[in-house]
Amino acid sequence: MDRAHTSSEPDTATDTGKPQSVFHRTSGDVPTQLPPLGPEMAPMWPPKRDLAMTLLFGIVVYTMPLWLQPFGAAYPDLMQRFAIYGIFAIGFNILFGLTGYLSFGHAAFLGVGSYTAVWSFKLLSLNVIPAIVCSTLMAGVFAVLIGYVSLRRSGIYFSILTLAFAQMCYNLAYSVLTPITNGETGLRVLSDDPRVVDSLFGTADMAVPRASIFGIEMAGMAGFWTCATCLMIAFIVALRITRSPFGMMLRGIKSNQTRMSYIGFNTRPYMLTAFVISGMYAGLAGGLLAVVDPLAGAERMQWTASGEVVLMTILGGAGTLIGPFIGAVIIKYFENIFSSLGDSALMDAFSFIPPAIEKWVVFAVSPFVGEGWHLTLGVLFMIVVIFLPGGLIEGFRRIGRLFRKGR
Amino acid sequence: MVENTVLHVADVQKNFAGLKALSDIDLAITEGKTHAIIGPNGAGKSTLLNVVVGRIVPDEGAVVFDGTVITGKKPHEINQLGIARVFQTPEIFGDLTLLQNVMVPAFSKRDGPTRMTVLRGLDGDTDIRILAEEILEDVGLAGKRHDDANALSRGDKRRLELAMCLVQRPKLLLLDEPTAGMSRLDTNRTIDLLKKIKASGMTKVIIEHDMHVVFSLADTVTVLAGGRIIAQGTPEEVRRDPRVQEAYLGGAH
Repeated sequence: MDRAHTSSEPDTATDTGKPQSVFHRTSGDVPTQLPPLGPEMAPMWPPKRDLAMTLLFGIVVYTMPLWLQPFGAAYPDLMQRFAIYGIFAIGFNILFGLTGYLSFGHAAFLGVGSYTAVWSFKLLSLNVIPAIVCSTLMAGVFAVLIGYVSLRRSGIYFSILTLAFAQMCYNLAYSVLTPITNGETGLRVLSDDPRVVDSLFGTADMAVPRASIFGIEMAGMAGFWTCATCLMIAFIVALRITRSPFGMMLRGIKSNQTRMSYIGFNTRPYMLTAFVISGMYAGLAGGLLAVVDPLAGAERMQWTASGEVVLMTILGGAGTLIGPFIGAVIIKYFENIFSSLGDSALMDAFSFIPPAIEKWVVFAVSPFVGEGWHLTLGVLFMIVVIFLPGGLIEGFRRIGRLFRKGR
Repeated sequence: MVENTVLHVADVQKNFAGLKALSDIDLAITEGKTHAIIGPNGAGKSTLLNVVVGRIVPDEGAVVFDGTVITGKKPHEINQLGIARVFQTPEIFGDLTLLQNVMVPAFSKRDGPTRMTVLRGLDGDTDIRILAEEILEDVGLAGKRHDDANALSRGDKRRLELAMCLVQRPKLLLLDEPTAGMSRLDTNRTIDLLKKIKASGMTKVIIEHDMHVVFSLADTVTVLAGGRIIAQGTPEEVRRDPRVQEAYLGGAH
């Protein structure tokens, strides 16, 4: 049978003697000749650009003690928070940014991670590694259970289900589960805990128990380096997921779930996997919170903490790789630095203005600092959502484009 | 030559709140043929396709595809058996590039409905990439491969959706008004494309309002009205059938 295509197709370059692939191969042919690797086969994400992004991210993270100096934020306690909440937000973004499912209960996994890490310190060892491995895995178990039920619904119902589960966890931690969580007091590491593994090696006795990695105590900068390293690993894993076929399927689900099922995908397992991965990220973050301060309280699970990670992700840019980290840094910076600014600090800042006006400037600005730091954050968030729906990353991209045009 | 029936819709009934959307539909689709389904609005054409792809479960009757009863199966299971569908309004991945739009269905065809590949990057999968590039070229969209699908014109979106189905090399391709809302030029390009697909031996079911499209493509035409089959035959036979002229072609044509 003659398969020559009599009809003409005006706008393609297909009739140049090259075999017309699809229509021939449907009859069982296999392409014998690969098309030349021209520009059309250029990678969707140039590997060099990904490597450059990873390196840049690494430099930014590990030089935080330097570049945060001028902002007055270069102390380990705050930088640890940047790294830990960065992990939390990057993980949250794997669910929300890629699949579009908005979870309002991720703080539950953060809390589960913290409790697990503290129990690991109490029962096993003060070593950090088993603690964060256990907290990640335990959060994963919780995520399987919560995700399995919540993912039966989508949209607002999914959000409400996750919120309900998180609030259940929070309230249980305060009431029924007090033997495990130590209720309102919070779970802490005591000097007379069993620590089975440590006592085997005869290192269990210490006056003030602190988490450590093979003898290096998690105090001061050591804690920050540990968290920064975890953040780097978390970032690289997130990058791999985003660039993988699995990541593309997740974005397909966000874009058009109907289409996904009509081209042969069972979407539920994909969703559940994304949910569990992001839950495990939250568990890791929770574990690290306990590592830098071996204490776990139920307030970590409250819905405000779940809301905070949503804000971080949207502020930085949902669906982007670096955005959630930026959002986490900004929110934690505001929480810690802006909230501690008082009127005297403002006086210093505006001392260049003539005193008569200065008083009024300080009066106008003061509601936005100190106790009122939420107001600044709220205004910033509104501005970003209204003018930059893609988050701060979109803002940077726009600025970059302006520069390129200007040249 | 023995004619194989690929799809058999056997005595299907479907009621929506007392309204008979489909009654006693019995339809056999022959392998390698293009089968057009026509009928006035509300005749049950799209409902029939929805029954085939598993979106709607019929009240009675069964759908048999390639020897397997597919009634009650989920859409993704039915697709995995080899049925792909182009919707009336294009269902594409607007946030993804054209290339990715075509790669996603290629993955499900090759790796099944639940495979999750993370360790190997998307760019490392040259087989799928080459396949997707070729299909995009076949439908004439290769020049826009790195554009977001949202940016396409309506006609291009339809062609992209067709490419997403073709990349799976389905045994049966269902097209719901593939030229609705298209300009004359776009319509003719689509007809050319569908003719090529027909030449490759792929079985197609087309729902279409445009008689020009129906008569240039179809081997068999089934006419639906009020959820019933009122006529069936070659395009010429159907055109001459007085009941069809009354019910559908009528004064409008």
